[in-house]
Amino acid sequence: MKLYDYVLSPSCYKARLMAALAGVKLDIRPVDFHPGAEHRGPELMALNPAGSIPILEDGDLVLTESSAMLVYLAAKAAPQWLGNDTAGEAARVQQWLSFSHRLTASLGAARLHEMLLRPGNIDVFQGQGTTALRELEAGLVEQHIRGQRFLASDRPSVADIACFPYVALAPDGGVSLDPYPLIRLWSRAIRGLDGFIEMPGIHRLHELSPEPVPGEA
Amino acid sequence: MSRNAMIDEWYPVGLASQLDAQGRKTTLMGEPIEVRLGDDGNAMVTGGNGRALPVCVRYGHVWSSPGEPHRALFAIPEADQPGRRLVDVGVVRVRCSPLRAVENFLDIAHFPFVHTDILGAEPHTEVQNYKVEIREDEDEVWATQVKFYQPQAARSAEGGITTEYMYRVPAPTCSILYKTCPPRPGEWDVITLFVQPLAEDLCDVWPWMALFDDETPMTDLIHFQQTIFVQDRSILENQIPGLLPLDPGMEIPTRADLTSVAYRRWLKRHGYTYGAQLVAQ
Repeated sequence: MKLYDYVLSPSCYKARLMAALAGVKLDIRPVDFHPGAEHRGPELMALNPAGSIPILEDGDLVLTESSAMLVYLAAKAAPQWLGNDTAGEAARVQQWLSFSHRLTASLGAARLHEMLLRPGNIDVFQGQGTTALRELEAGLVEQHIRGQRFLASDRPSVADIACFPYVALAPDGGVSLDPYPLIRLWSRAIRGLDGFIEMPGIHRLHELSPEPVPGEA
Repeated sequence: MSRNAMIDEWYPVGLASQLDAQGRKTTLMGEPIEVRLGDDGNAMVTGGNGRALPVCVRYGHVWSSPGEPHRALFAIPEADQPGRRLVDVGVVRVRCSPLRAVENFLDIAHFPFVHTDILGAEPHTEVQNYKVEIREDEDEVWATQVKFYQPQAARSAEGGITTEYMYRVPAPTCSILYKTCPPRPGEWDVITLFVQPLAEDLCDVWPWMALFDDETPMTDLIHFQQTIFVQDRSILENQIPGLLPLDPGMEIPTRADLTSVAYRRWLKRHGYTYGAQLVAQ
Protein backbone atom coordinates (compact mmCIF):
# COMPACT_ATOMS: atom_id res chain seq x y z
CA MET A 1 0.00 0.00 0.00
CA LYS A 2 1.50 3.28 -1.10
CA LEU A 3 0.78 6.57 0.66
CA TYR A 4 1.57 9.89 -1.00
CA ASP A 5 2.52 11.66 2.17
CA TYR A 6 3.54 15.00 3.67
CA VAL A 7 5.07 14.76 7.11
CA LEU A 8 3.41 17.95 8.42
CA SER A 9 -0.07 17.16 7.05
CA PRO A 10 -2.60 16.09 9.69
CA SER A 11 -4.68 14.34 7.00
CA CYS A 12 -1.69 12.26 5.90
CA TYR A 13 -0.97 11.55 9.57
CA LYS A 14 -4.48 10.08 9.93
CA ALA A 15 -3.57 7.39 7.41
CA ARG A 16 -0.13 6.80 8.96
CA LEU A 17 -1.61 6.58 12.46
CA MET A 18 -4.42 4.22 11.46
CA ALA A 19 -1.96 2.00 9.62
CA ALA A 20 0.32 1.89 12.67
CA LEU A 21 -2.57 1.06 15.00
CA ALA A 22 -3.84 -1.63 12.61
CA GLY A 23 -0.35 -3.05 12.06
CA VAL A 24 -0.29 -2.26 8.33
CA LYS A 25 3.04 -1.38 6.73
CA LEU A 26 2.79 1.57 4.32
CA ASP A 27 5.14 2.35 1.49
CA ILE A 28 5.63 6.10 2.01
CA ARG A 29 6.12 8.33 -1.02
CA PRO A 30 7.07 11.80 0.32
CA VAL A 31 5.45 14.73 -1.52
CA ASP A 32 7.12 18.16 -1.52
CA PHE A 33 3.94 19.99 -0.47
CA HIS A 34 5.85 22.94 1.03
CA PRO A 35 7.71 24.78 -0.37
CA GLY A 36 7.59 22.83 -3.68
CA ALA A 37 3.77 22.55 -4.18
CA GLU A 38 4.36 19.15 -5.78
CA HIS A 39 0.74 18.13 -5.06
CA ARG A 40 -0.30 20.68 -7.72
CA GLY A 41 2.12 19.24 -10.27
CA PRO A 42 1.11 17.11 -13.27
CA GLU A 43 1.97 13.69 -11.77
CA LEU A 44 -0.17 14.11 -8.68
CA MET A 45 -2.96 16.08 -10.37
CA ALA A 46 -3.34 13.14 -12.76
CA LEU A 47 -3.77 10.85 -9.78
CA ASN A 48 -6.01 13.20 -7.81
CA PRO A 49 -7.70 16.03 -9.74
CA ALA A 50 -8.65 17.65 -6.42
CA GLY A 51 -4.95 18.46 -5.94
CA SER A 52 -4.93 17.31 -2.33
CA ILE A 53 -2.90 14.80 -0.36
CA PRO A 54 -2.90 12.15 1.06
CA ILE A 55 -3.47 9.69 -1.76
CA LEU A 56 -3.54 5.98 -0.95
CA GLU A 57 -2.88 3.42 -3.68
CA ASP A 58 -3.41 -0.31 -3.27
CA GLY A 59 -3.31 -2.12 -6.58
CA ASP A 60 -6.13 -0.69 -8.68
CA LEU A 61 -7.66 1.14 -5.78
CA VAL A 62 -6.87 4.86 -5.50
CA LEU A 63 -8.29 6.74 -2.52
CA THR A 64 -8.10 10.52 -2.11
CA GLU A 65 -10.34 11.00 0.94
CA SER A 66 -8.69 10.36 4.29
CA SER A 67 -11.88 8.96 5.89
CA ALA A 68 -12.11 6.35 3.12
CA MET A 69 -8.47 5.43 3.81
CA LEU A 70 -9.20 4.91 7.50
CA VAL A 71 -12.15 2.65 6.68
CA TYR A 72 -10.09 0.72 4.14
CA LEU A 73 -7.15 0.18 6.51
CA ALA A 74 -9.48 -0.88 9.31
CA ALA A 75 -11.58 -3.20 7.12
CA LYS A 76 -8.44 -4.86 5.84
CA ALA A 77 -6.45 -5.34 9.00
CA ALA A 78 -8.37 -4.30 12.12
CA PRO A 79 -12.15 -4.56 11.60
CA GLN A 80 -12.88 -3.83 15.26
CA TRP A 81 -11.89 -0.20 14.44
CA LEU A 82 -14.91 0.12 12.12
CA GLY A 83 -17.15 0.46 15.17
CA ASN A 84 -20.32 -1.09 13.68
CA ASP A 85 -21.48 -3.40 16.48
CA THR A 86 -24.80 -1.62 16.88
CA ALA A 87 -26.86 0.67 14.68
CA GLY A 88 -26.20 3.56 17.06
CA GLU A 89 -22.45 3.01 17.06
CA ALA A 90 -22.26 2.68 13.26
CA ALA A 91 -24.25 5.88 12.87
CA ARG A 92 -22.08 7.76 15.36
CA VAL A 93 -18.98 6.67 13.48
CA GLN A 94 -20.43 8.09 10.25
CA GLN A 95 -21.53 11.26 12.03
CA TRP A 96 -18.01 12.00 13.30
CA LEU A 97 -16.32 10.96 10.07
CA SER A 98 -18.38 13.61 8.27
CA PHE A 99 -17.86 16.10 11.06
CA SER A 100 -14.08 15.69 10.72
CA HIS A 101 -14.17 17.65 7.44
CA ARG A 102 -15.31 20.71 9.37
CA LEU A 103 -12.19 20.41 11.54
CA THR A 104 -10.02 20.32 8.41
CA ALA A 105 -11.74 23.36 6.92
CA SER A 106 -11.50 25.40 10.12
CA LEU A 107 -8.65 24.32 12.45
CA GLY A 108 -6.65 22.93 9.52
CA ALA A 109 -7.00 26.16 7.56
CA ALA A 110 -6.06 28.22 10.64
CA ARG A 111 -2.92 26.11 11.08
CA LEU A 112 -1.89 26.46 7.43
CA HIS A 113 -2.45 30.20 7.67
CA GLU A 114 -0.51 30.67 10.90
CA MET A 115 2.31 28.25 10.14
CA LEU A 116 2.84 28.05 6.38
CA LEU A 117 1.41 31.50 5.44
CA ARG A 118 -1.52 30.22 3.39
CA PRO A 119 -4.04 33.00 2.58
CA GLY A 120 -7.50 33.31 4.11
CA ASN A 121 -9.49 34.94 6.88
CA ILE A 122 -7.91 33.75 10.12
CA ASP A 123 -10.73 35.11 12.31
CA VAL A 124 -13.28 33.03 10.39
CA PHE A 125 -11.10 29.89 10.53
CA GLN A 126 -10.50 30.25 14.25
CA GLY A 127 -14.16 31.09 14.96
CA GLN A 128 -15.43 28.06 13.06
CA GLY A 129 -12.75 25.93 14.69
CA THR A 130 -13.90 27.01 18.14
CA THR A 131 -17.51 26.18 17.26
CA ALA A 132 -16.44 22.70 16.11
CA LEU A 133 -14.35 22.13 19.26
CA ARG A 134 -17.32 23.07 21.46
CA GLU A 135 -19.46 20.58 19.57
CA LEU A 136 -16.82 17.88 19.98
CA GLU A 137 -16.47 18.63 23.69
CA ALA A 138 -20.26 18.35 24.07
CA GLY A 139 -20.22 15.03 22.21
CA LEU A 140 -17.50 13.72 24.51
CA VAL A 141 -19.44 14.90 27.58
CA GLU A 142 -22.43 12.83 26.43
CA GLN A 143 -20.19 9.84 25.85
CA HIS A 144 -18.66 10.38 29.29
CA ILE A 145 -22.12 10.28 30.86
CA ARG A 146 -22.74 6.99 29.02
CA GLY A 147 -19.49 5.72 30.51
CA GLN A 148 -17.70 5.69 27.15
CA ARG A 149 -14.28 7.22 26.54
CA PHE A 150 -14.28 7.44 22.75
CA LEU A 151 -16.49 9.15 20.19
CA ALA A 152 -18.63 6.20 19.09
CA SER A 153 -18.29 3.70 21.95
CA ASP A 154 -15.97 2.69 24.78
CA ARG A 155 -13.28 1.62 22.35
CA PRO A 156 -11.55 3.66 19.70
CA SER A 157 -12.79 3.66 16.12
CA VAL A 158 -11.91 5.23 12.79
CA ALA A 159 -14.02 8.22 13.89
CA ASP A 160 -11.56 9.04 16.68
CA ILE A 161 -8.62 8.86 14.30
CA ALA A 162 -10.46 11.08 11.79
CA CYS A 163 -11.00 13.81 14.39
CA PHE A 164 -7.88 13.55 16.55
CA PRO A 165 -5.09 15.15 14.45
CA TYR A 166 -6.66 18.52 13.61
CA VAL A 167 -7.96 18.82 17.17
CA ALA A 168 -4.61 17.99 18.77
CA LEU A 169 -2.89 20.53 16.50
CA ALA A 170 -5.43 23.32 17.09
CA PRO A 171 -2.87 25.38 19.08
CA ASP A 172 -0.67 25.50 15.93
CA GLY A 173 -3.43 27.62 14.41
CA GLY A 174 -3.78 29.82 17.47
CA VAL A 175 -6.77 27.99 18.97
CA SER A 176 -6.23 26.91 22.58
CA LEU A 177 -7.45 23.57 23.93
CA ASP A 178 -7.40 24.85 27.52
CA PRO A 179 -11.22 25.28 27.72
CA TYR A 180 -11.95 21.62 26.81
CA PRO A 181 -11.13 19.13 29.58
CA LEU A 182 -12.78 16.12 27.92
CA ILE A 183 -11.03 16.77 24.62
CA ARG A 184 -7.74 16.74 26.51
CA LEU A 185 -8.62 13.46 28.29
CA TRP A 186 -9.72 11.89 25.00
CA SER A 187 -6.53 13.08 23.31
CA ARG A 188 -4.51 11.51 26.12
CA ALA A 189 -6.42 8.22 25.74
CA ILE A 190 -5.61 8.15 22.02
CA ARG A 191 -1.94 8.96 22.61
CA GLY A 192 -1.84 6.07 25.10
CA LEU A 193 -3.02 3.44 22.59
CA ASP A 194 -0.71 0.55 21.77
CA GLY A 195 1.05 1.25 18.50
CA PHE A 196 0.40 5.02 18.64
CA ILE A 197 2.82 7.08 16.57
CA GLU A 198 3.47 10.83 16.80
CA MET A 199 3.84 13.61 14.25
CA PRO A 200 5.58 16.99 14.59
CA GLY A 201 3.45 19.01 17.02
CA ILE A 202 1.84 15.93 18.61
CA HIS A 203 4.15 14.54 21.25
CA ARG A 204 4.05 11.03 22.65
CA LEU A 205 3.13 10.46 26.28
CA HIS A 206 6.30 10.70 28.32
CA GLU A 207 7.55 7.33 29.45
CA LEU A 208 9.05 8.67 32.65
CA SER A 209 5.66 9.68 34.01
CA PRO A 210 3.48 6.54 34.08
CA GLU A 211 -0.21 6.86 34.85
CA PRO A 212 -0.88 6.50 38.56
CA VAL A 213 -2.69 3.21 39.20
CA PRO A 214 -5.59 3.47 41.68
CA GLY A 215 -5.00 1.40 44.80
CA GLU A 216 -1.24 1.25 44.37
CA ALA A 217 0.84 3.23 46.79
CA MET B 1 19.49 53.07 20.26
CA SER B 2 18.73 49.37 20.66
CA ARG B 3 16.27 49.20 17.80
CA ASN B 4 18.65 51.07 15.50
CA ALA B 5 21.43 48.55 15.99
CA MET B 6 19.28 45.77 14.56
CA ILE B 7 17.78 47.94 11.84
CA ASP B 8 21.12 47.98 10.02
CA GLU B 9 21.40 44.18 9.80
CA TRP B 10 20.54 41.84 6.92
CA TYR B 11 17.44 39.62 7.15
CA PRO B 12 15.99 36.86 4.94
CA VAL B 13 12.73 37.96 3.29
CA GLY B 14 11.97 35.17 0.82
CA LEU B 15 13.21 32.23 -1.21
CA ALA B 16 15.23 33.22 -4.27
CA SER B 17 13.62 30.31 -6.16
CA GLN B 18 10.15 31.75 -5.58
CA LEU B 19 10.86 35.32 -6.73
CA ASP B 20 8.41 36.52 -9.37
CA ALA B 21 7.35 39.77 -10.97
CA GLN B 22 4.04 39.71 -9.12
CA GLY B 23 5.88 40.03 -5.81
CA ARG B 24 5.18 38.99 -2.30
CA LYS B 25 4.04 41.19 0.54
CA THR B 26 5.62 40.57 3.90
CA THR B 27 6.82 42.46 6.99
CA LEU B 28 10.24 43.34 8.33
CA MET B 29 10.52 44.65 11.89
CA GLY B 30 7.01 46.04 11.79
CA GLU B 31 7.35 47.62 8.36
CA PRO B 32 5.28 46.28 5.45
CA ILE B 33 7.61 45.43 2.56
CA GLU B 34 7.30 43.92 -0.89
CA VAL B 35 9.77 41.46 -2.41
CA ARG B 36 9.71 40.92 -6.15
CA LEU B 37 11.67 40.30 -9.32
CA GLY B 38 12.44 43.62 -11.01
CA ASP B 39 12.26 44.29 -14.74
CA ASP B 40 16.05 43.95 -14.91
CA GLY B 41 15.86 40.39 -13.57
CA ASN B 42 17.20 41.32 -10.14
CA ALA B 43 15.48 41.01 -6.79
CA MET B 44 13.86 44.21 -5.50
CA VAL B 45 12.63 45.01 -2.02
CA THR B 46 10.40 48.03 -1.41
CA GLY B 47 9.72 49.51 2.02
CA GLY B 48 6.48 50.81 3.46
CA ASN B 49 6.90 54.32 2.06
CA GLY B 50 7.93 53.07 -1.38
CA ARG B 51 11.67 53.48 -0.84
CA ALA B 52 14.03 50.88 -2.25
CA LEU B 53 15.65 48.78 0.48
CA PRO B 54 19.11 47.20 0.29
CA VAL B 55 18.97 43.76 -1.29
CA CYS B 56 21.22 40.79 -1.95
CA VAL B 57 20.58 37.20 -2.99
CA ARG B 58 22.60 34.55 -1.19
CA TYR B 59 22.24 31.07 0.32
CA GLY B 60 18.96 30.40 -1.49
CA HIS B 61 17.28 33.49 -0.06
CA VAL B 62 16.61 37.14 -0.78
CA TRP B 63 18.07 39.35 1.97
CA SER B 64 17.16 42.89 2.86
CA SER B 65 17.42 45.44 5.64
CA PRO B 66 15.17 48.23 6.89
CA GLY B 67 18.30 50.35 7.52
CA GLU B 68 21.76 50.67 6.04
CA PRO B 69 23.97 47.62 6.56
CA HIS B 70 27.56 48.59 7.41
CA ARG B 71 28.96 45.37 5.96
CA ALA B 72 28.18 42.65 3.44
CA LEU B 73 26.13 39.65 4.46
CA PHE B 74 28.21 37.17 6.51
CA ALA B 75 30.21 34.56 4.60
CA ILE B 76 29.54 30.83 4.62
CA PRO B 77 32.55 29.58 2.64
CA GLU B 78 31.28 25.96 2.76
CA ALA B 79 28.20 26.99 0.79
CA ASP B 80 30.35 27.39 -2.34
CA GLN B 81 32.12 24.03 -1.99
CA PRO B 82 31.44 21.82 -4.98
CA GLY B 83 29.44 18.65 -4.37
CA ARG B 84 27.08 20.01 -1.75
CA ARG B 85 23.29 19.72 -2.11
CA LEU B 86 21.63 23.06 -1.33
CA VAL B 87 18.26 22.58 0.35
CA ASP B 88 15.54 25.26 0.53
CA VAL B 89 13.50 24.02 3.48
CA GLY B 90 10.79 26.71 3.16
CA VAL B 91 9.25 29.16 5.59
CA VAL B 92 7.60 28.34 8.91
CA ARG B 93 5.94 31.14 10.89
CA VAL B 94 6.30 31.09 14.66
CA ARG B 95 4.59 33.34 17.20
CA CYS B 96 7.74 33.94 19.23
CA SER B 97 10.61 36.40 19.53
CA PRO B 98 13.09 36.07 16.64
CA LEU B 99 15.87 35.91 19.25
CA ARG B 100 14.09 33.04 21.02
CA ALA B 101 14.04 31.10 17.74
CA VAL B 102 17.82 31.46 17.42
CA GLU B 103 18.46 30.63 21.06
CA ASN B 104 16.44 27.42 20.80
CA PHE B 105 18.49 26.43 17.74
CA LEU B 106 21.66 26.80 19.85
CA ASP B 107 20.38 24.51 22.60
CA ILE B 108 21.36 20.84 22.71
CA ALA B 109 19.91 19.76 26.03
CA HIS B 110 16.33 19.57 24.71
CA PHE B 111 17.12 17.04 21.96
CA PRO B 112 16.13 13.83 23.83
CA PHE B 113 12.85 15.34 25.02
CA VAL B 114 11.62 17.26 21.97
CA HIS B 115 13.32 15.43 19.08
CA THR B 116 12.98 12.02 20.70
CA ASP B 117 14.59 9.14 18.80
CA ILE B 118 15.90 11.51 16.11
CA LEU B 119 18.36 14.01 17.58
CA GLY B 120 18.43 12.48 21.06
CA ALA B 121 17.06 9.74 23.28
CA GLU B 122 16.91 8.94 26.93
CA PRO B 123 18.98 7.98 28.84
CA HIS B 124 21.65 9.75 26.74
CA THR B 125 20.78 13.20 28.07
CA GLU B 126 24.18 14.46 29.20
CA VAL B 127 25.62 17.53 27.50
CA GLN B 128 29.38 17.16 27.77
CA ASN B 129 31.61 20.18 28.26
CA TYR B 130 32.18 22.26 25.18
CA LYS B 131 33.93 25.51 24.32
CA VAL B 132 32.22 28.85 23.77
CA GLU B 133 33.77 32.14 22.73
CA ILE B 134 32.89 35.50 21.25
CA ARG B 135 35.44 35.79 18.43
CA GLU B 136 36.47 39.42 18.48
CA ASP B 137 37.94 39.56 14.94
CA GLU B 138 34.86 38.19 13.24
CA ASP B 139 32.50 39.54 15.91
CA GLU B 140 30.66 36.23 16.06
CA VAL B 141 29.56 33.80 18.76
CA TRP B 142 31.09 30.32 18.35
CA ALA B 143 30.51 27.07 20.23
CA THR B 144 32.89 24.22 19.38
CA GLN B 145 33.61 20.65 20.48
CA VAL B 146 29.94 20.05 21.15
CA LYS B 147 29.29 16.29 21.27
CA PHE B 148 25.98 14.53 21.61
CA TYR B 149 24.64 11.01 21.17
CA GLN B 150 22.03 10.90 18.45
CA PRO B 151 19.83 7.99 17.34
CA GLN B 152 19.38 9.43 13.81
CA ALA B 153 21.56 12.50 13.43
CA ALA B 154 20.80 13.13 9.76
CA ARG B 155 18.63 11.68 7.05
CA SER B 156 21.79 9.90 5.82
CA ALA B 157 22.73 8.45 9.23
CA GLU B 158 22.21 4.73 9.86
CA GLY B 159 21.67 4.06 13.55
CA GLY B 160 22.97 5.98 16.54
CA ILE B 161 26.23 7.90 16.50
CA THR B 162 27.96 10.48 18.65
CA THR B 163 27.71 13.61 16.57
CA GLU B 164 30.04 16.57 16.82
CA TYR B 165 28.72 20.06 16.32
CA MET B 166 29.92 23.62 15.98
CA TYR B 167 27.53 26.54 16.31
CA ARG B 168 28.09 29.97 14.93
CA VAL B 169 26.05 33.18 15.30
CA PRO B 170 27.20 35.71 12.68
CA ALA B 171 24.13 38.00 12.89
CA PRO B 172 21.51 38.60 15.58
CA THR B 173 18.81 36.46 13.94
CA CYS B 174 20.94 33.94 12.03
CA SER B 175 22.75 30.86 13.18
CA ILE B 176 24.81 28.26 11.36
CA LEU B 177 25.31 24.75 12.61
CA TYR B 178 28.24 22.63 11.44
CA LYS B 179 27.65 18.97 12.03
CA THR B 180 29.47 15.67 11.52
CA CYS B 181 28.76 14.50 8.01
CA PRO B 182 28.13 10.72 8.06
CA PRO B 183 28.87 10.01 4.34
CA ARG B 184 31.98 12.23 4.27
CA PRO B 185 34.10 12.13 7.45
CA GLY B 186 36.32 15.19 7.74
CA GLU B 187 33.74 17.53 6.23
CA TRP B 188 30.93 19.34 8.02
CA ASP B 189 27.30 19.47 6.97
CA VAL B 190 25.94 23.02 7.11
CA ILE B 191 22.49 23.61 8.56
CA THR B 192 21.31 27.17 9.01
CA LEU B 193 18.48 28.96 10.69
CA PHE B 194 17.73 32.30 9.04
CA VAL B 195 15.08 34.26 10.93
CA GLN B 196 13.04 37.13 9.52
CA PRO B 197 11.76 39.32 12.37
CA LEU B 198 8.19 40.41 11.58
CA ALA B 199 7.58 41.86 15.04
CA GLU B 200 9.25 41.51 18.42
CA ASP B 201 7.07 38.47 19.11
CA LEU B 202 6.54 37.07 15.60
CA CYS B 203 8.95 35.67 13.05
CA ASP B 204 9.24 33.76 9.80
CA VAL B 205 11.93 31.09 10.00
CA TRP B 206 13.77 30.01 6.85
CA PRO B 207 15.95 26.96 7.50
CA TRP B 208 18.49 26.18 4.77
CA MET B 209 21.08 23.45 4.35
CA ALA B 210 24.24 22.68 2.34
CA LEU B 211 24.88 18.95 2.70
CA PHE B 212 27.12 16.24 1.37
CA ASP B 213 24.48 13.62 0.60
CA ASP B 214 24.07 12.23 -2.90
CA GLU B 215 21.67 9.48 -1.89
CA THR B 216 18.69 10.97 -0.11
CA PRO B 217 15.91 12.41 -2.29
CA MET B 218 15.53 16.20 -1.92
CA THR B 219 11.98 15.89 -0.53
CA ASP B 220 13.22 13.60 2.25
CA LEU B 221 15.90 16.14 3.20
CA ILE B 222 13.27 18.90 3.34
CA HIS B 223 10.88 16.78 5.39
CA PHE B 224 13.60 15.77 7.86
CA GLN B 225 14.41 19.40 8.65
CA GLN B 226 10.75 20.49 8.69
CA THR B 227 10.01 17.67 11.14
CA ILE B 228 12.73 18.87 13.49
CA PHE B 229 11.72 22.51 13.28
CA VAL B 230 7.98 21.95 13.71
CA GLN B 231 8.71 19.80 16.78
CA ASP B 232 10.28 22.96 18.22
CA ARG B 233 7.52 25.30 17.11
CA SER B 234 4.91 24.57 19.79
CA ILE B 235 7.59 24.80 22.48
CA LEU B 236 8.76 28.18 21.15
CA GLU B 237 5.21 29.51 21.12
CA ASN B 238 4.79 28.65 24.80
CA GLN B 239 7.99 30.06 26.28
CA ILE B 240 7.61 32.55 29.12
CA PRO B 241 8.46 35.40 29.02
CA GLY B 242 7.85 35.77 25.30
CA LEU B 243 10.76 38.16 24.80
CA LEU B 244 14.30 36.85 25.33
CA PRO B 245 15.46 37.96 28.80
CA LEU B 246 18.79 39.79 28.73
CA ASP B 247 18.69 40.68 32.43
CA PRO B 248 21.05 38.26 34.21
CA GLY B 249 18.76 38.32 37.23
CA MET B 250 15.98 36.60 35.35
CA GLU B 251 17.25 33.04 34.99
CA ILE B 252 19.87 30.70 36.40
CA PRO B 253 21.77 29.07 33.53
CA THR B 254 23.58 25.73 33.78
CA ARG B 255 26.80 24.65 32.06
CA ALA B 256 24.82 23.26 29.13
CA ASP B 257 23.54 26.80 28.48
CA LEU B 258 26.97 28.35 27.80
CA THR B 259 26.15 29.11 24.17
CA SER B 260 22.93 30.82 25.14
CA VAL B 261 24.76 32.86 27.78
CA ALA B 262 27.35 34.02 25.22
CA TYR B 263 24.63 34.78 22.65
CA ARG B 264 22.70 36.91 25.13
CA ARG B 265 25.86 38.71 26.24
CA TRP B 266 26.78 39.42 22.61
CA LEU B 267 23.26 40.70 21.84
CA LYS B 268 23.39 43.00 24.84
CA ARG B 269 26.86 44.31 23.99
CA HIS B 270 25.69 45.36 20.52
CA GLY B 271 22.30 46.64 21.54
CA TYR B 272 20.62 43.90 19.49
CA THR B 273 17.48 44.02 21.56
CA TYR B 274 14.58 43.81 19.11
CA GLY B 275 12.69 40.85 20.62
CA ALA B 276 14.53 41.05 23.95
CA GLN B 277 13.42 41.91 27.47
CA LEU B 278 15.98 44.19 29.07
CA VAL B 279 14.78 44.30 32.65
CA ALA B 280 13.25 41.32 34.44
CA GLN B 281 9.54 41.85 35.07
